[in-house]
Amino acid sequence: MIHSLFLVNSSGDIFLEKHWKSVVSRSVCDYFFEAQERASEPENVPPVIPTPHHYLISVLRHRIYFVAVIQSEVPPLFVIEFLHRVVDTFQDYFGVCTEAAIKDNVVVVYELLEEMLDNGFPLATESNILKELIKPPTILRTVVNTITGSTNVGEQLPTGQLSVVPWRRTGVKYTNNEAYFDVVEEIDAIIDKSGSTITAEIQGVIDACVKLTGMPDLTLSFMNPRLLDDVSFHPCVRFKRWEAERILSFIPPDGNFRLLSYHVSSQNLVAIPVYVKHNITFREGSSQGRFELTLGPKQTMGKGVEAVLVSSQLPRGVLNTNLNPTQGTYTFDPVTKLLSWDVGKINPQKLPSLKGSMSLQAGASKPDENPTINIQFKIQQSALSGLKVNRLDMYGEKYKPFKGIKYMTKAGKFQVRT
Amino acid sequence: MEWANQLCENRQFGSKMTDSKYFTTTKKGEIFELKAELNSDKKEKKKEAVKKVIASMTVGKDVSALFPDVVNCMQTDNLELKKLVYLYLMNYAKSQPDMAIMAVNTFVKDCEDANPLIRALAVRTMGCIRVDKITEYLCEPLRKCLKDEDPYVRKTAAVCVAKLHDINAQLVEDQGFLDTLKDLISDSNPMVVANAVAALSEIAESHPNSNLLDLNPQSINKLLTALNECTEWGQIFILDCLANYTPRDDRESQSICERVTPRLSHANSAVVLSAVKVLMKFMEMLPKDLDYYGTLLKKLAPPLVTLLSAEPELQYVALRNINLIVQKRPEILKHEMKVFFVKYNDPIYVKLEKLDIMIRLASQANIAQVLAELKEYATEVDVDFVRKAVRAIGRCAIKVEQSAERCVSTLLDLIQTKVNYVVQEAIVVIKDIFRKYPNKYESVIATLCENLDSLDEPEARAAMIWIVGEYAERIDNADELLESFLEGFHDESTQVQLQLLTAIVKLFLKKPTETQELVQQVLSLATQDSDNPDLRDRGYIYWRLLSTDPVAAKEVVLAEKPLISEETDLIEPTLLEELICHIGTLASVYHKPPSAFVEGSRGVMHKRLPARTGSGESTESPDVGTAAGGSAPEAAPSIIPSQGDLLGDLLNLDMAPPTTTGPPPPNTGMQMGGMDLLGGGLDSLLGGDIGGSPAMGAGFGAAPAVMPASLNAPVGGGLGDLFDLGGGVGMPMGAYIPPKTVWLPAMKAKGLEISGTFARRAGVIQMELILTNKAMSVMTDFAIQFNRNSFGLAPAGPLQVLTPLGPNQTIEVSLPLSTVGPVMKMDPLNNLQVAVKNNIDVFYFSCQYPISMLFVEDGKMERQVFLATWKDIPNDNESQFQIKDCHLNSDAASSKLQGSNIFTIAKRTVEGQDMLYMSIKLSNGIWVLAELRVQAGNPNYTISLKCRAPEVSQCVFQCYEAVLKN
Repeated sequence: MIHSLFLVNSSGDIFLEKHWKSVVSRSVCDYFFEAQERASEPENVPPVIPTPHHYLISVLRHRIYFVAVIQSEVPPLFVIEFLHRVVDTFQDYFGVCTEAAIKDNVVVVYELLEEMLDNGFPLATESNILKELIKPPTILRTVVNTITGSTNVGEQLPTGQLSVVPWRRTGVKYTNNEAYFDVVEEIDAIIDKSGSTITAEIQGVIDACVKLTGMPDLTLSFMNPRLLDDVSFHPCVRFKRWEAERILSFIPPDGNFRLLSYHVSSQNLVAIPVYVKHNITFREGSSQGRFELTLGPKQTMGKGVEAVLVSSQLPRGVLNTNLNPTQGTYTFDPVTKLLSWDVGKINPQKLPSLKGSMSLQAGASKPDENPTINIQFKIQQSALSGLKVNRLDMYGEKYKPFKGIKYMTKAGKFQVRT
Repeated sequence: MEWANQLCENRQFGSKMTDSKYFTTTKKGEIFELKAELNSDKKEKKKEAVKKVIASMTVGKDVSALFPDVVNCMQTDNLELKKLVYLYLMNYAKSQPDMAIMAVNTFVKDCEDANPLIRALAVRTMGCIRVDKITEYLCEPLRKCLKDEDPYVRKTAAVCVAKLHDINAQLVEDQGFLDTLKDLISDSNPMVVANAVAALSEIAESHPNSNLLDLNPQSINKLLTALNECTEWGQIFILDCLANYTPRDDRESQSICERVTPRLSHANSAVVLSAVKVLMKFMEMLPKDLDYYGTLLKKLAPPLVTLLSAEPELQYVALRNINLIVQKRPEILKHEMKVFFVKYNDPIYVKLEKLDIMIRLASQANIAQVLAELKEYATEVDVDFVRKAVRAIGRCAIKVEQSAERCVSTLLDLIQTKVNYVVQEAIVVIKDIFRKYPNKYESVIATLCENLDSLDEPEARAAMIWIVGEYAERIDNADELLESFLEGFHDESTQVQLQLLTAIVKLFLKKPTETQELVQQVLSLATQDSDNPDLRDRGYIYWRLLSTDPVAAKEVVLAEKPLISEETDLIEPTLLEELICHIGTLASVYHKPPSAFVEGSRGVMHKRLPARTGSGESTESPDVGTAAGGSAPEAAPSIIPSQGDLLGDLLNLDMAPPTTTGPPPPNTGMQMGGMDLLGGGLDSLLGGDIGGSPAMGAGFGAAPAVMPASLNAPVGGGLGDLFDLGGGVGMPMGAYIPPKTVWLPAMKAKGLEISGTFARRAGVIQMELILTNKAMSVMTDFAIQFNRNSFGLAPAGPLQVLTPLGPNQTIEVSLPLSTVGPVMKMDPLNNLQVAVKNNIDVFYFSCQYPISMLFVEDGKMERQVFLATWKDIPNDNESQFQIKDCHLNSDAASSKLQGSNIFTIAKRTVEGQDMLYMSIKLSNGIWVLAELRVQAGNPNYTISLKCRAPEVSQCVFQCYEAVLKN
């Protein structure tokens, strides 16, 4: 099981260590640092690193490496999932997960880690349960505690810990009962030079914010549940009911949670919301290159494309660029060679474009690689797959909750090759 | 007033109300100050002080000096303070064991607290204090907590047993905690069940042979029920535990699969992968024509694809496992090629894995897409990735014949880019394509030759030289090209030198008239001016060949080469099976058996996929056969890797430095300078001493005689035969010992060759091994392990190879065996799967032992008992065999059989026919009764065998045959 945890910042310092079994010397991290040095980019550090006596499994989140040390055969995914849970918990508790936030709350962090893992076995990882055991720090509470001498640690056994619905605490009370669901879809796509789609897939999630009194039992049904053939559920969802009727039936956790995530695969046809016309050329022997880029909406179901951001890693040979955007602003970093163009909204009547020239190193041969263009965008009020919620019902409680459902489409890894 | 003081104090430490203030005290008297604060009367001050101590501890400062002061704070009602003190204790108790004793009383008291949270906390903390004196006191509270009324306490106590076991295993066993833990598997609370399973699994890992997790249909049912209700982590433990179970039949297997499939939709990827493991394993038992089998296959794809949309670290682990899954069952993901397409901002470790899987999934249907992608990748920035992409194009050509032409033209396009490393990589793979499709794409040679000068990597140079040599007759200026390489011969790497030598010899054999000078030059460079024994040996071989018999030389050097196989890096099937049983573990990430690398897993048992048991099973599916566990390595498809093989083909193709090193020829007095190769002078010089002498075989019998081997068998294997000569001498008296056979050829084991046999000497079963090191490096750290087998054979001691085994050394080892190891029925019954480890790697082979080894000395049955038993065994269990061409009389046969512990009990003669009644007892207590009928003058014997376990009859019969005929 998980032996120890080291937190390493981007400059390679260990700023926190926690051991659940015997103490493992921090020199074990030298193997990690070696791998870190070898990696060209911070994210290229391999997630599993063998050392003579241990294995190091790490994740990189918020520019902090969470390095777990294990000694015996442990499923690596188990460790990685747990580390992600640690990160999520920190973020939940401190708002952000940064070195400063962790250092500021080091005692709470320590208490949390101790509560999350016992001898390497996960103990309490649900944020509901943790919050009953250890109160999240707030300015007010810190002041009150210092004045009254009361404590941050819950005295009672958390109610959810052993119930059949461990994700929900009992005795929840709200004056305004509300349940909000966000259907958020991210489209990952690779578009080739000629504009045809190589792969496109949709990663969707339904995130919920449920603030309901008592023990509500919810059902959520869809207009077109057949779209959801590849889903992962929050443990609260009753799987049998879904299998039989394609209805989501669940007792929700209190507060924010991810109800389900789904994947619409490349087998189905995925609509591509934007297109890019590009002409990026370098000529042999010339120190100038041409750069032309035009964006346009494609299949957007009548909704506007907003928050468009184009970025591209230009070849190393490019010294600088001289480009004119018809809208928005563009920047080019001559050191990292990163071009980014904040476009904003796409107006279908007047398509945004970025045109101009690139200056190349004189005398150098023309770059071998073609830059790939990365596009980010958002489309409000629409789920690209066409997924629609039919109705949301509540059983088990008498009051009438306020219900809301929002849709949004975003670009995930949306790449256009040139 | 107190709060005012407090506020003032806080301001001193810093205006922010955060824990960072605890770090600000880095002054000299820090410890002293803390000590004072810890002993303060004010509760709040105490707590703040403990927090500071903890903060220092988290960043690795040593605050152990404060131990007594901190422990003094333990007696408190404040839960937070208590927890903080416990945190401190866990960290430092080990370094201050005497002080830690002070805390025991409080622990014991807390274990009886009314609040379950405190009870659990106390038992949890006590388990973490790794001090012997404390563990003694822990037993009683732990026993109570394991039976606590509150499930929260029980589940914490379950984990505590595992902790305690880690500290003092004997204590846990003596106190009977293991049994209590086993009882908890039937607990009413699913969390308790999950933790009990987790604890037992952890304990079992250090005791591979203890039957801790005794899984039976009832306990499986309980686990499956708990699976639905426990936390995600508990689900992982339970699924991993389920994966160790072997269902009785296909129906049970299906019902477990049905109950596990919902886990595929879990949000936690570790749960998903553990569920995949259970399904992949149990699927093996389902008949393929079952509808459910198809349904299950379809259900497996989506969750695997979903794993690829997770964070890169998760993707990496998932990809490593998918790599195994597509090798075992390519049908699952065959339509999902696109999800493995590489995004340019994927981390490099994800990119490389995706590429590997793309090639595995490549087929005629999707090859166009794959090629277009690969070509795209070849223009990326990352050099490693580009190289691998180019190599992948070559692998596609070899794998999908229809695409070969397109691949070649893609490679030519890439060569035109003139990017140095792309060109080199392309030439290396084109060489492989030539090997796979001879005489098809030679038109591209001209283009390749244009790039000769830009090649600076040994592998690419060697590949190019191979191509020139192989197609010398079509390249007009082949001699010039090769000559140009010869100039810097001594600066080249061995790989290139060897290749150049062979290529020039090929050229000479093809165009003898023009290249005589060249070949003499290279031979003298190789034999006289080189220190490398490989190069020298190969030079001599060629020289001798050319001088004694140019026709033979032509046959050898220009022999037709075996085609290379399409999949060059498939995992060996038995290993693959084992890895499939370990999906989701570190083993699956490293593609190595778990026993090979994880410390602390002493003697891990090898897991095998279960055999299919259902009725109506068709024999046409070849993977069933190998899955049954009985497959010997020879059943595995024999793969000839395209490069880097060991003995592979010494003469023609070898690109890597070969590992066979013969000693330099004993004749050192030869004068090589300025000799005419084709003339007769050489013949006389060489022929007399070593060359054509018929005595040679005998003279060099023991030494690895490279020359004769290469003469009659250019493609390896010949060496093995030679070694057999020495080993095959059996002992005529006493028990029958089969001749030694090669179990593990050096080709398959990185130069280690193992041959051996089994013998029974003075009641002890012995495995007699001959280990030969045919590699260039010294081998050490030998160890041996058996898989479970039908009669529980296991090594009774370690493999005694005390001295390191140097190159070309041979050692004979005799390994005593016991019959008390774990038992699993094998097919054939006497099959034994063996793993041998050395400092280089772990190797697997399987062999069959004569069952006569298992015949024990006290196998002589009383006559009366024999009679009764014979009658008692139903006639269905009787089997009859014929032994042909045996020219012994009945007495000689009887005494010969007695030597192998087959005892004649009675003899009867009826009408000139001798009937011998015999009994045999196997080491596991099975009796075999036999009736042997011998007719004078008739060389054919008839034998009837009766046994309560009729499966052994076939093997026993084989022994009779072997004993009587030897």
